[in-house]
Amino acid sequence: MEKIEKFSGVAVPLKRSNVDTDQIIPAVYLKRITKTGFEDALFASWKAEPDFVLNQPVFANGEVLIAGPDFGTGSSREHAVWALRDWGFKAVFSAKFADIFRGNSGKQGFITGVITEDETKALWDQIDANPGVSATVDLPNQTLFLGEMTVSFEIDPYTKWRLMEGLDDIGLTLRDEPAITSFESNRESWRPQTLPAKGI
Amino acid sequence: MSNPSKPLTLAEKLWASHLVAEGKDGAPDLLYIDLHLVHEVTSPQAFDGLRLAGRKVRRPDLTIATEDHNTPTIDIDKPIADLTSRTQIEALRKNAAEFGIRLHSLGDKNQGIVHVVGPQLGLTMPGITVVCGDSHTSTHGAFGALAMGIGTSEVEHVLATQTLPLKPFKTMAINVEGTLRPGVTAKDIILAVIAKISTGGGQGYALEYRGSAIRSLSMEGRMTICNMSIEAGARAGMVAPDEITYAYLKGRPHAPEGADWDAALAYWKTLPTDEGAVFDAEVFIDADKLDPFVTWGTNPGQGVSLFDSVPNPADIQDPNERAAAERALEYMDLKAGTPMKEIAVNTVFLGSCTNSRIEDLRAAAAIVKGQKKADGVRMMVVPGSQKVRIQAEEEGLDKIFKEFGAEWRFAGCSMCLGMNPDQLAAGERAASTSNRNFEGRQGKGARTHLVSPLVAAATAIRGTLSAPSDLESVS
Repeated sequence: MEKIEKFSGVAVPLKRSNVDTDQIIPAVYLKRITKTGFEDALFASWKAEPDFVLNQPVFANGEVLIAGPDFGTGSSREHAVWALRDWGFKAVFSAKFADIFRGNSGKQGFITGVITEDETKALWDQIDANPGVSATVDLPNQTLFLGEMTVSFEIDPYTKWRLMEGLDDIGLTLRDEPAITSFESNRESWRPQTLPAKGI
Repeated sequence: MSNPSKPLTLAEKLWASHLVAEGKDGAPDLLYIDLHLVHEVTSPQAFDGLRLAGRKVRRPDLTIATEDHNTPTIDIDKPIADLTSRTQIEALRKNAAEFGIRLHSLGDKNQGIVHVVGPQLGLTMPGITVVCGDSHTSTHGAFGALAMGIGTSEVEHVLATQTLPLKPFKTMAINVEGTLRPGVTAKDIILAVIAKISTGGGQGYALEYRGSAIRSLSMEGRMTICNMSIEAGARAGMVAPDEITYAYLKGRPHAPEGADWDAALAYWKTLPTDEGAVFDAEVFIDADKLDPFVTWGTNPGQGVSLFDSVPNPADIQDPNERAAAERALEYMDLKAGTPMKEIAVNTVFLGSCTNSRIEDLRAAAAIVKGQKKADGVRMMVVPGSQKVRIQAEEEGLDKIFKEFGAEWRFAGCSMCLGMNPDQLAAGERAASTSNRNFEGRQGKGARTHLVSPLVAAATAIRGTLSAPSDLESVS
């Protein structure tokens, strides 16, 4: 994974709460077996509405999404993160994220920064006053700069460290391989085993 | 967790017993995974990742796959018409063969919705960890297991290492005391819980459903409740195992046998939350007062009693909730104040990992038996697994549904999310026993009301959202 420190890009206001992953990417787009090329699927239903924010040319190249609370609820589909990433987004800020979405984001080098609802609204006001304004995300200092505003955001310290180092989770876990093997050697025989198959 | 005398919750015991390595300096704990369920939609990119890194599946013997999200529910002996669906199914078959994973394909008697298949085979049991690339994996918590949905990167991680790095959850007790009235079911309990704590209320928590109303539910009812934990934002939900759990499990193909059963049983009996254990949060629901519950909006927390009316957004204090309600009413084409029972539907869907098990089908069949379906209403019955379908046919339930005018289908996720051809058209309205009423979930522009199997059956007869008790006036 690429190391992340500081980047800037167009900020996009998504003035909705409870944005579930079915809205981020509808199920019909989940049939692909690739991990890229999902940009057309992002917010596919909402993009059919002419006044949807991403249909406005000034926001079409957005990289930093500022969304209402409870972002990423519902289905576990990691495709939601892939679609945001493929569109060009690198970070989303919200007052509250669904657990699975936040976890999926961390695996993909995609930042989920927690800010307050008041800060969310103030950022929306800044963007409304100056559509197309660029936001700068400083991950080491957990700071978001947008127009006149400087906002501190929360991110899990371990995820932050992993993103800054560009580390892959599986590689990290395999450092504990002896502990896994030792755990397995004590696994009770009553615990489930799918093979050899029974009941077929 | 290091103090051995400290009373522990069920969730804490499950966590401690799967700890491979404790996270240091803010790193997550590493937990061992006892059972990994795989389906076609969230796995192809994970297998690709393994191939790219030259990794194997560490424990094919703790992994099982089935085809459910994409599969058609008619003409299953013909090639899948949708090319992208077929490609995804074929990718799973190829990956399962290459990595040595047991797969139950379309047409196999063990094929079905992954969360119906695991328990039915006796692979889901108390005291274990279960993961699957599907948020409704919380279903398996009904057995007293730590079960949670994961993303595709995590699927790859579990395939490669049989472990998952996780930060400990907080614990929440959902206490449901009392006796359900006739016509009120497990589905109504969980819809009421979600309406009470909202779709974000469970975020960061493992939920434990407790109390006399939960204890008197069957395993299938408990699965319905745990299934929808994610709709309250909780990654996991669970019920402590008891005699009902053991009776359900004993004799299933993969249930422990002989000395293993005895050892397991002795251990399982130590799992329930200790007297004096403290939950981080507690919620109380009075089962005596519950009505059948239905949703009016576009998230599962937007629900009311069936005997109530569509709420007025102006009465909602929280500005975000109010804006969401206004948007939901517009999408659902509903007016505030309309009695829920006056809402007419086009389609009734009985199925999904929430409500597609044999008891759900029996309960609905008992209501529609000998009745006439409302004109212009389509009813689809989609058993959760081929085994459920076969059992239902042995009991003659298929005939009851067909005589009523319902479509009797093969097993799969079907119209719950409409990845296969089972979709609603734009503007159509469904009473659905599934778990999500999100915008466009069952088809672009389609409108969903989440209901219990009993309400689904009564609605199919009357054509408007109805309770079984409304049928007494229908001769």
